[in-house]
Amino acid sequence: MTLTPHNEADAAYVIRNAAAGGTTLAIVGGNTRSGFGNAFACHDTLSSSGLTGIVDYEPAEMVMTAKAGTPVAEIEAALSANRQMMAFEPMDHRGIMGTTGEPTIGGVFAANASGPRRFVAGAARDSLLGIRFVNGKGEIVRAGGRVMKNVTGLDLVKLLAGSQGTLGFLIEVTFRVLPVPQTVETIVISGLDDAVATQAMAVAMAMPVEVSGAAHLPQTVRGRFLSGRLPDGEATVLRLEGLEASVSVRAEKLTAAMAVFGEVSRFGAEDSRHLWQQIRDVAPYAGTPQKPLWRVSVAPSAGHQLVAALRLEAGIDAFFDWQGGLVWMRMEADPEAELLRRYIKALGGGHATLLRAPEQARAVTPAFQPQADAVAALSARVKQKLDPAGIFNPGKMAGA
Amino acid sequence: MEAIKFLEPRASVVARRSAIIADLVDLLPRECVVHEARELVPFETDAFVSYRRLPLAVVLPTTTEQVAAVMKYCNRYGIPVVARGAGTSLSGGAIPQEDAVVVGLSKMTRILEVDPANRTATVQAGVTNLSISDAVSPEGFFYAPDPSSQLACTIGGNIGMNSGGAHCLKYGVTTNNLLGVRMVLVDGTVIDLGGKHLDSAGYDLLGLVCGSEGQLGLVTEATVRLIAKPEGARPVLFGFDSSDAAGACVADIIGSGIIPVAIEFMDKPAIEICEAFAHAGYPLDVAALLIVEVEGSEAEMEAMLKEIVAIAGRHGVRTVRESQSATEAALIWKGRKSAFGATGRIADYICMDGTVPLGKLSYVLEKTSEIVERYGLRVANVFHAGDGNMHPLILFNANDPEDAARAEEAGNEILKLCVEAGGCLTGEHGVGIEKRDLMRHQYSDVDLNQQMAVRAAFDSEWLLNPSKVFPLEGRPAA
Ligand SMILES: Cc1cc2nc3c(=O)[nH]c(=O)nc-3n(C[C@H](O)[C@H](O)[C@H](O)COP(=O)(O)OP(=O)(O)OC[C@H]3O[C@@H](n4cnc5c(N)ncnc54)[C@H](O)[C@@H]3O)c2cc1C
Repeated sequence: MTLTPHNEADAAYVIRNAAAGGTTLAIVGGNTRSGFGNAFACHDTLSSSGLTGIVDYEPAEMVMTAKAGTPVAEIEAALSANRQMMAFEPMDHRGIMGTTGEPTIGGVFAANASGPRRFVAGAARDSLLGIRFVNGKGEIVRAGGRVMKNVTGLDLVKLLAGSQGTLGFLIEVTFRVLPVPQTVETIVISGLDDAVATQAMAVAMAMPVEVSGAAHLPQTVRGRFLSGRLPDGEATVLRLEGLEASVSVRAEKLTAAMAVFGEVSRFGAEDSRHLWQQIRDVAPYAGTPQKPLWRVSVAPSAGHQLVAALRLEAGIDAFFDWQGGLVWMRMEADPEAELLRRYIKALGGGHATLLRAPEQARAVTPAFQPQADAVAALSARVKQKLDPAGIFNPGKMAGA
Repeated sequence: MEAIKFLEPRASVVARRSAIIADLVDLLPRECVVHEARELVPFETDAFVSYRRLPLAVVLPTTTEQVAAVMKYCNRYGIPVVARGAGTSLSGGAIPQEDAVVVGLSKMTRILEVDPANRTATVQAGVTNLSISDAVSPEGFFYAPDPSSQLACTIGGNIGMNSGGAHCLKYGVTTNNLLGVRMVLVDGTVIDLGGKHLDSAGYDLLGLVCGSEGQLGLVTEATVRLIAKPEGARPVLFGFDSSDAAGACVADIIGSGIIPVAIEFMDKPAIEICEAFAHAGYPLDVAALLIVEVEGSEAEMEAMLKEIVAIAGRHGVRTVRESQSATEAALIWKGRKSAFGATGRIADYICMDGTVPLGKLSYVLEKTSEIVERYGLRVANVFHAGDGNMHPLILFNANDPEDAARAEEAGNEILKLCVEAGGCLTGEHGVGIEKRDLMRHQYSDVDLNQQMAVRAAFDSEWLLNPSKVFPLEGRPAA
């Protein structure tokens, strides 16, 4: 059965009842990220789709409050009418997850879904200022607020962001937005192997030019971007955004510095917007739902080493965002979870999340990187404090 | 007005004082344990000096293992523990209590690693904020959050309070720049959260720990994000006839798409106090002053400043002072940076820290003056306007207990005003003891109970900095 409360009080009532009766609830927004996490089964589905609408939006204050079930498209339309945006570039998972439907703003924050700008501008969790949610006891809890600086009490906002619907049912979110940059440009360096590309990106990030996107697209994926119009060879791409006057100056500087690494070309605003959206949404790996897909977060200098090591032992394809620290990795056959996670550990730590895999593989692979025992125990205690009866998405995250 | 209460000391702990000290001396190198009454005095308060308590003992460990050993011991005997960095907290966050062992991290001052390729630095918790930037400066980087106390305050304390600073408008506060910590839990277990990578494999415990005021564990090491130093920075100073006009100008600058690194606001009393002290050449015929700083190359700064000056023009700016040289730039900042010191020379003051939505700035400023006048006191406002983080300085005479009580009460009223205007009690200084008893103005019982329940997942017996943050009444039984 799908429960679709239309106001907070109903949501709280439904959850109180579920807790009392030990009914487990699968929490969904637009269901576009529903394949996340470990496979789990629930008695009922609890949908945020009845809780919609922008509650408050003050463009001058750059803060928006919306009900959790509000479609992202509606939010983005309201923002772009005022030339504003969510700085963390929420990615759209429909392509790679093979899902349909409309992503919701609650789902964005519950999944902490961020895009290429994340490594400089922060993740969804960094833009989230305040929330209202129903905990597992059916109580309506408010955390944070609507101001940018707030250290009043424990930061439950961060805790709920990225908790994948296992700690509470988000009903309202308040988040910070930013002006859309006047212009954007992309510098492409061609023909670098993964290791040299990582070096080049590190050099760019050490320059005072405020690069806001740094990705490396190896040969196997290069052709899948901008309808194949990126120049031949591997493409290392760097994004600059801001006022026209300053972007052009910075682009000159960056071009000069990158010329020592390889052939440099430049792409203007329209191509850039398109390109970074494709990177954000992992365009090369969309539409192949049967092949396992990993999202790996490691230190930027470790990404290419990880890929190099794995290539010797498994059939993989990969590309890099976040200066090399975010690796999108598609496996030819088996997810190779143990191998992958062993290498991540050996290379200094990080985590790999299995976003999709055939059902059989999913059933035996922990979707989120298993954590150290003490951290896992702590997380389980935290879960217990928010959802004592364990009714929200049980088993979706390890120990939760 | 009643003085702020601390928890009653646990009699059983106080009674065992000598035994506890003997045990601590066994546990740690001799020079790491402080217990003579005279030596304990420097630890009895922090920068919230109106309250003080002598601790049971102070330990100054040099390694994570020593911190873990102390924590394990204290946990076993039910001894409260108060973490302390440099003790610059303005909210009483680091003030100890009679039954507590203070764990001071001030000897853990090693920079463990600077990693330019990954733009990270890993440091021990007692490293001062400024020395991180100093250490990474040769590589062309800096650590962005810059509390005015950065010469003294520690990264551990910054994490404890989720501290901010003038430059946080562009780069965010501590939590946005923190990648990982090593911390000791209440039972002595050592855990690592985060690292050089981004985001968490599970719950964002790092985000929860940041700003938890020493209540979830003791941070012994931190990994922070570094940012490339800008080519240059340049401030411009604007004088306005009204706070209204200045406030509206702030909102317009922010909305324009330019992100200045800082927008600082001073009202007339603050201008007068700072000018008398620093002789920065501030205009004395204006009601409000803004200092807006931009960063970048010469060409970029010029373009941004041109636009910012044009915006100010639309708000009837009366004085515009651009800086043509480093000396002039330094002079513009000199007055602002000396604000607290200059105020301290003419009176005692308490510094409030409420945050309000940008659109409410001038309303709250006006109401603040009314409140303070009603108590027969004076107020000067100097604060981070770009993010609505107000710092009214309420001037009073500390030798007059009634005056001090009035100041505290006026402060409380101002904070309630901030909450009513849609803001919060504290933007960067933390709750500590100072705002603890106001928490119910911002949160419902359900909200606070949820926070306390999560706190209990880390420290079910309330051993860690227990007198702080949460009102003493209505706490769940351990
Ligand atoms: C003149 C002056 C100017 C200031 N300006 C600013 C400013 O611009 N912005 C701002 O945000 N603050 C400012 N502050 C406040 C203060 O400096 C900050 O809160 C600072 O982060 C405290 O650091 P500390 O090392 O002194 O910590 P302490 O005061 O010793 O401790 C602060 C809190 O953190 C906890 N703590 C300390 N170390 C650890 C640790 N290792 N692990 C866990 N918990 C720990 C303590 O228990 C306490 O609750 C200012 C203070 C002064 C006196």
